Amino acid sequence: MPQSIPVLNAAAMRRALTRIAHEIAERNEISSEVVLVGIQRGGVFLAGRLAAFLQSIWNHPVPVASLDVGMHRDDLNQTAAPNMHPTVIPFDITGKTVILVDDVLFSGRTARAALDALNDFGRARRIQLAVLVDRGHRELPIKADFVGKNVPTASKERVEVRLEEEGAPDEVTLQRL
Amino acid sequence: MAWNKKHLLDIQSLGADEIVTVLDTARAFKAVGERAIKKVPALRGKTVVNLFVEPSTRTRISFELAAQRLTADVVNFTAEASSLKKGETLKDTARNLEALNADFIVMRHSASGAPHFLSRFLRSSVINAGDGAHEHPTQALLDAFTIREKRGKIQGLNVTILGDILYSRVARSNIWALTKLGARVTLCGPATLVPRVFEKMGCRVTYNVEEAIADADVINLLRIQHERQRKTMFPSIGEYTSLFGLTKARLALTKPDALIMHPGPINRGVEIDSEIADSARSVILDQVTNGLAVRMAVLFLINGGQGPQGVTA
Repeated sequence: MPQSIPVLNAAAMRRALTRIAHEIAERNEISSEVVLVGIQRGGVFLAGRLAAFLQSIWNHPVPVASLDVGMHRDDLNQTAAPNMHPTVIPFDITGKTVILVDDVLFSGRTARAALDALNDFGRARRIQLAVLVDRGHRELPIKADFVGKNVPTASKERVEVRLEEEGAPDEVTLQRL
Repeated sequence: MAWNKKHLLDIQSLGADEIVTVLDTARAFKAVGERAIKKVPALRGKTVVNLFVEPSTRTRISFELAAQRLTADVVNFTAEASSLKKGETLKDTARNLEALNADFIVMRHSASGAPHFLSRFLRSSVINAGDGAHEHPTQALLDAFTIREKRGKIQGLNVTILGDILYSRVARSNIWALTKLGARVTLCGPATLVPRVFEKMGCRVTYNVEEAIADADVINLLRIQHERQRKTMFPSIGEYTSLFGLTKARLALTKPDALIMHPGPINRGVEIDSEIADSARSVILDQVTNGLAVRMAVLFLINGGQGPQGVTA
C-alpha cells in the first residue's frame, strides 16, 4: 500500500506563499519591473495567488503569465508526448524581472526548459525561481530563489500538490511507495 | 491522454480521444505561430522527408514549415525529379530514405494504401499526406480543429460535405473524424459522385443541394477533381455549378452563421462563388493556418516515445 504523508496543509500552504511574496517584495525594490510566469499546470495557479499577495503589498496589480514547457523538454523521445496547455504571455518580458513559479522543484529539468522557452519571448532583465516545494535530487545546476518548504525525499517517492483551483482542497503530500 | 501511435496512416483507426489529443495539442502549436519567434526545439536533430509521389503544393509546404518550426531538418522528394522515374520501386526508394536516417516519412501517393505499405517494413514513422481516394488524415484533423475553434464544439453539429465525394480522400477522412466526434454528416453532389454506399459510414446522402445546406452549421465544399475522374461522371462544369455550386442565392438559404470551408485549391465560380470565398463566412484561410498547427502537433505527438507520460517535476 502506498503511504501518504502530509507535508503542507491549506493553512501552512497559505503561510508559505505569503512568506514567499514578502521575500519577493524584499528582493525586488522596483515593483513595477516584476512579472510572474507560472509553469503549467500547478505553477500557474500558484503564480496567480502570489500575484494577489504581492498586489496587497505593493498596492498595484502584478502581471501574470502562463508557460507550458512541453515543447522545450529534453526527454521528448523517451516518454509519450506531454499534454500541452496554453502558453499565454500577454506582455513583453524584455527588461523585466521574471519570477518563474512552479509547484515542485525536483531534477531541475523543467526549470531549464522554462528558461529556454522564455528566451523566445524576449530578454528578461533577470529571472528568479519560486517553488512551493523543493524536494532535492537536482540533476542540473539550478537553485530556487524562493522556497515554500524543503522536503527531504527518496527519488522514488512522489510529491503530490493539490490545489483548490483544480477542485481539491489545498494540500501537499509525500507518496511513499 | 497519452498518444502512443508510431504512424498516422488514417483517421479510421483513431479513437475519438486520440483525435481530441491532436486538436488540443494543435492549439498550443497555433500559439507558437503567433509569436515573434515561431520556432521551438522539440524535434531538434530529427529528419523529416517529404516523399511526394503525387503533386501537391499546399500540403507539402505546410508539412515543410511545420517540421522547420519544430527545428527538424527537412528533405523534399518529388517524383518528377527522382529515381522513381528511372524505374526504382517505391519500397527501394523508401528504404534508401530510411538509410539516410529519416525519422519521419511524410507521404503523398496516388495509390490508396501506399503509406500503410511503407509502414509495414520501415523503422521510420510514416505520416499519410493523402493516398489516392482513401484518406487525408491531417486535412480532416485541421478541418475538425477549425470547426471546434469557430464553434467551440463538434458534437451535435450538422456538417454538409458538398461535391465530389467518390474520389475524395478529404471526404472520407472528414466523415470518419466528424462522426467519431459526434457530428451529423450530410453528403451531397451529383449521384454519380455520391453513391448511396456512403450511408454505411453513418452519413445522410441527398442529391438536393437546398435540403443539404438548409440546416448545416458547416458547409465543406470539395473541388471537382478533374485529374481523378473520367468525363462520364457529370455532363459539364457549367451544369455542376448550376445544380450544386454555392451561389449567393443558395447561401441565402443557409443558417446565417454557417461556416464555409474548402480544403483548396478552390475553383472560383465552379463549386463556390468568388465573393463567398472571400466573405466573412469563409474560413478557408483559417484552415490553412490551422493546418500548420495540426501538422506540428502530429509530428510532435508521433515523436514522443512509447513509454508512459513523464512526470513534470
